[in-house]
Amino acid sequence: MEITIIAEASGKGLHPVTEQLVGAASSLGGVITVLCPGGVGSNDASEISGVSKVISLQGDCFSSFDSGSWSAVMAPLSQGMVMASSSPSGRELGAQIASKIGAPIVQDITGIEPGYKVTRSVYSGKAVETSSLTTPCVVTLRQNAFEGASGGGSAEVVVVDNSTEVSVAVKEAIAKAGERMDVSDAEIIISGGRGMGEPSNFSHLNEVADVIGAAVGASRAAVDTWDEIPHSMQVGQTGKTVNPTLYIAVGISGAIQHLAGMRSSKYIVAINKDPDAPIFGVADYGIVATWEEALPALKEELGKLS
Amino acid sequence: MKIAVLLKQVPDTTAKIAVSGDRVDHASVAKWSTSPYDEYALEYALQLKEAGAGDLVAITCGPDRAAKMLTDAAAVGVDSMLHVVADTAEMDSKQIQSILVAAINHCEADVILCGKQAADTNSGSTGPGIASLMGAACVGMVSEVTVEGDGFSALRASSVGNERVSVSRPCLFAFDKASTELRRPNVKGIMMAKRKVIETVSTDDLGINLEESQVNIVSHDSPPEKPPGQKFEGADSVRTVVLKLREEANVI
Repeated sequence: MEITIIAEASGKGLHPVTEQLVGAASSLGGVITVLCPGGVGSNDASEISGVSKVISLQGDCFSSFDSGSWSAVMAPLSQGMVMASSSPSGRELGAQIASKIGAPIVQDITGIEPGYKVTRSVYSGKAVETSSLTTPCVVTLRQNAFEGASGGGSAEVVVVDNSTEVSVAVKEAIAKAGERMDVSDAEIIISGGRGMGEPSNFSHLNEVADVIGAAVGASRAAVDTWDEIPHSMQVGQTGKTVNPTLYIAVGISGAIQHLAGMRSSKYIVAINKDPDAPIFGVADYGIVATWEEALPALKEELGKLS
Repeated sequence: MKIAVLLKQVPDTTAKIAVSGDRVDHASVAKWSTSPYDEYALEYALQLKEAGAGDLVAITCGPDRAAKMLTDAAAVGVDSMLHVVADTAEMDSKQIQSILVAAINHCEADVILCGKQAADTNSGSTGPGIASLMGAACVGMVSEVTVEGDGFSALRASSVGNERVSVSRPCLFAFDKASTELRRPNVKGIMMAKRKVIETVSTDDLGINLEESQVNIVSHDSPPEKPPGQKFEGADSVRTVVLKLREEANVI
């Protein structure tokens, strides 16, 4: 049985979700090949335990993201069960590969069992769908939903130098200025809602985040109300779906929109002055207090830990 | 050639979702709406039409109730509407894409706009899958698109922030949330929409020979209930919670 994994890059290295893809693949059993677009992270991928072969894709088309040309090179190398991350680029590439190999795709799965029974969240977390697949097929996996494989592997690395015509030409890169860690990548997230009163008060969330290495998120209400809070920070149904080990919601009432994006967090702490706020319904630990009182205390107590 | 916007009718994001037997109970959904990201695609499709890029057709594939969404789109200015009547609930990505590609070809459209994912399945397969089948340039995570010569310029999210890209026809744009205001229909638009006729077709009319679904949905279930959490009063309890996070939950 063949399993093909599309490596996820992060800057010039491998994104940790790649290890989780290998971990999930290993639980199924089979021969695992990892495709590294642009060759990014191919040496690191060869050291993940369970990987049989790494294909470093060196073609010119891999210099900028174009799911059309990338998938044209990758589809002929995609055998059996194809797995990618459910990041925006992983979803786009996965769907294109699926079309090119004539296979269906199931996106953003949170569980997979031998026999290809997969589970995923639908209706923004309001229901769970279980379906069964046959190969060939493509699945994308939700980040942090699977155990990562360990190191210690020594797979062979093969270079494939194919390219095709690029149809999306990148004219200008517009970098985010001093952007903090992305909520999608964070193990710990602290998010603020409209209960923060003013966008400038998010600085208090940043201070707590700095103590524990957390990313800062926001509710849709906060993003829609204040121009200073960018959509890239939004957690929820029309923002990002996150899966951290710890999610701290501050001044967030807990609209169904928001819960959809964060309810699968491993532990949830809610800080809200309204004891009846729906957010307390999903919180493991609720603190009924104003943020003005709770955040300085939180910063101090977290600072005492080492 | 025309511009097509693909719209999907989904349970409103505020609607409760009930599971009856082993499926989500669509009959109990109180309100159906256009999927939120599709609304941004519609807004930019209207802007492209106004910039002279071509006539605009709104396409949907779904049951009879989806027709209302097309009438709403007509009220803000789409020129024509195509409704492929089909029950898509158990279809896999290949089946949906083959229907929509046939619909796009039927309308002779070569510029396609859609949402990056629908609010029911939360997948994001349809846009890129269609682009692949059509041999069209695919731009995902788009927050802006404008006419540029014979082609288009788009702003999309990238790993470092945003990037501006250029594409020529045929092309597909899958929209993220954008910062633009969505237009609302005025009385004149609503009156005009009532006079526009929706072209209603079946998959047979489009000459589609649907293969069987390769994804077998076993069940839908309600998400597991979380056991009730612990609740504390006052900021003095922050210390207790931090200790519990360390000792009980083991997460910090």
